[in-house]
Amino acid sequence: MLRVKGLHVSVGGKEILKGIDLEIKAGEVHAIMGPNGSGKTTLAQALAGRPGYDVTKGKVTYEGKDLLALKPEDRARVGVFLAFQYPVEIPGVGNAYFLKTALNAIRKQRGEPELDAIEFIQVVNEKMKLLGLDETFMKRGLNEGFSGGEKKRNEIFQMAVLEPRLCVLDETDSGLDIDALRIVAHGVNSMRNDKRAMLVVTHYSRLLGYIVPDFVHVLAGGRIVKSGGKELAEELERTGYAGLEEAAAVAATGAR
Amino acid sequence: MATASLTAPHVAAFEAFQRVIDGGEAEWLGSLRRKAILRFQEVGFPTRKHEDWKHTDVGPIARSPFRVDPGSDAPRIAGDLIEGFTFGVLKCSQLVFVNGRFAPRLSYLRWLPDGVQVRSLGEVRRARPRSLEPHLASIATWDANPFTALNTAFFEDGAFIHLPKGAVVEEPIHLLFVSAAQDPPVAAHPRNLILLEEASQATLIESYVGLDRGPYLTNAVTEVHVGPGASLDHYKMQREADAGFHVADMAVHQDRGSVVSATSIALGGNLARNDVRVTFQGEGGDLTLNGLYALGGQQQVDNHTFIDHATPNCTSRELYKGILDGRSRGIFYGKILVRQDAQKTSSKQTNKNLLLSNEAFVDSTPGLEILADDVRCNHGSTIGQLDENAVFYLRSRGIDEEAARSLLTYAFASELINQVKVASMRIRLDQLILSRLPSAEILPEAA
Repeated sequence: MLRVKGLHVSVGGKEILKGIDLEIKAGEVHAIMGPNGSGKTTLAQALAGRPGYDVTKGKVTYEGKDLLALKPEDRARVGVFLAFQYPVEIPGVGNAYFLKTALNAIRKQRGEPELDAIEFIQVVNEKMKLLGLDETFMKRGLNEGFSGGEKKRNEIFQMAVLEPRLCVLDETDSGLDIDALRIVAHGVNSMRNDKRAMLVVTHYSRLLGYIVPDFVHVLAGGRIVKSGGKELAEELERTGYAGLEEAAAVAATGAR
Repeated sequence: MATASLTAPHVAAFEAFQRVIDGGEAEWLGSLRRKAILRFQEVGFPTRKHEDWKHTDVGPIARSPFRVDPGSDAPRIAGDLIEGFTFGVLKCSQLVFVNGRFAPRLSYLRWLPDGVQVRSLGEVRRARPRSLEPHLASIATWDANPFTALNTAFFEDGAFIHLPKGAVVEEPIHLLFVSAAQDPPVAAHPRNLILLEEASQATLIESYVGLDRGPYLTNAVTEVHVGPGASLDHYKMQREADAGFHVADMAVHQDRGSVVSATSIALGGNLARNDVRVTFQGEGGDLTLNGLYALGGQQQVDNHTFIDHATPNCTSRELYKGILDGRSRGIFYGKILVRQDAQKTSSKQTNKNLLLSNEAFVDSTPGLEILADDVRCNHGSTIGQLDENAVFYLRSRGIDEEAARSLLTYAFASELINQVKVASMRIRLDQLILSRLPSAEILPEAA
């Protein structure tokens, strides 16, 4: 579904990703782990098409198409979803209005009819229960005054409503207490199926105890330095990232 | 010393004006007018050397020989021309003025409680001038503002609204000032006197609109007295024509325990200057002062507000927001004075500006002068562009970039729009803001 080849990304003239290779098939869950500053968030943002994240080299193919040629909104419409590490508060734009506008933009792309207000409510009600959100939630401004946990639940709620094919979760576990983490993980797990792929970016292995990945990749110094199965996450939990950062430095020297 | 070449035509016009008007007018009023024109002659049109006018060049107004036509009737215009500016026949009383003169044919009153007067100030001026004498020019003092002095010299008509003690007018009263272009261009000097006695309550909308392109000058003055425990919800909607000039001065006195909410919307005109000044004259007054200016092209709007906390225990909240596109200029100058006796004052002043273009200009000068020691006051201002994080967030959910920008711009305005209590006006305002935004077709449900 997703094929990343030799991806180099610079932000503000500084190279952050220095050649990422990654292949994700439908139905798979991949985790990207790594220390702060390793480029995890840059990878997530670059896949979503954030302006200012300049791809200087490499290719990203999504379902056979050149993903990098698409605008952010078009990536969303073909089924790429980024759950933000820091969701943005937008007072004055209602949650319900925002989500309905987004859903209809995506349905239009899929060739499905737009939903009216009543049909929309029917679609979202069930998903709200899944994330433990009450009715007042939809009437509030988008993330306005939300707690950290509410914002993250809102990200996964949006994901559940928009039903993307490729879900990129950027540090969805950060700032969550254990109860909120369980709710969020349950929401994510309920969406796992053989047609959908997930890329879970996280610093800690804690989240991966709830969302069990098929593959784990370790990112350090802008490169994937190690890949393995879910047991790699447990190993990292024990050993930490220190050794891997050294390995990345050695690799960088060797590459020169 | 004033530039005589610019004031002379107005002084000459005043002499002609007096010949027409004087015979039928009370002596005190004639004397007031003469003092006002002398003051104008003395100080002249303001220049950018005046602190209060340093960002606004009124030269285009001063150099235009706008004609006043004393004693004339309102030009006749067809009713359907003003339909787009009204707020529903069955929902409010409406007084219409064309080029500053009352147009009875276009006006109507809904049921009003006993003793409530909603009528042409021109009629009152001719028939019962004595009822105006204690109030007129006592609230809107004219010594400091040359345009207010000009209005005082030349006004003929406007609205006179009087609510006796305890009267509650539930439906809004709409004052619609229409400018129809004439050749040579005309100046209108409408004057409104609004008197709310103790515990009375009203909702008032003042609209200033242009039917043609212009040029013309509207120079309006509104004086408001809000009695003890009385409550006024006031809205001003400025939709002057592209080449219209608009100058307005609203002066409000708030007596003890009174509650005022005043919202000023500025969307039109080539050059607009809007002064609002409120004085607390009794304890426990409460004021909400809101403003929204949305400009494009070469438009310029200058908002000056002054809140005088002269008495203790009063509260004021001020929020002005500007959206500036094209090469427009927005000016906000706000001053809050908390006098020595005004202990327990609570006052908050905020000005926020959104620049949609690199060529738009904003000057924001919030200000507090506090002479009392036991008060809670703060003020602040921001000038910025759309938050690119927010734009990307919306785009990442499938909303295209243009629509995302429009949605965020609308959201910026909606904080003020949502505070408008008159539903028909809120809907109209929504439409007017949305109609200026690209991709607005995806937005009508945003409200």
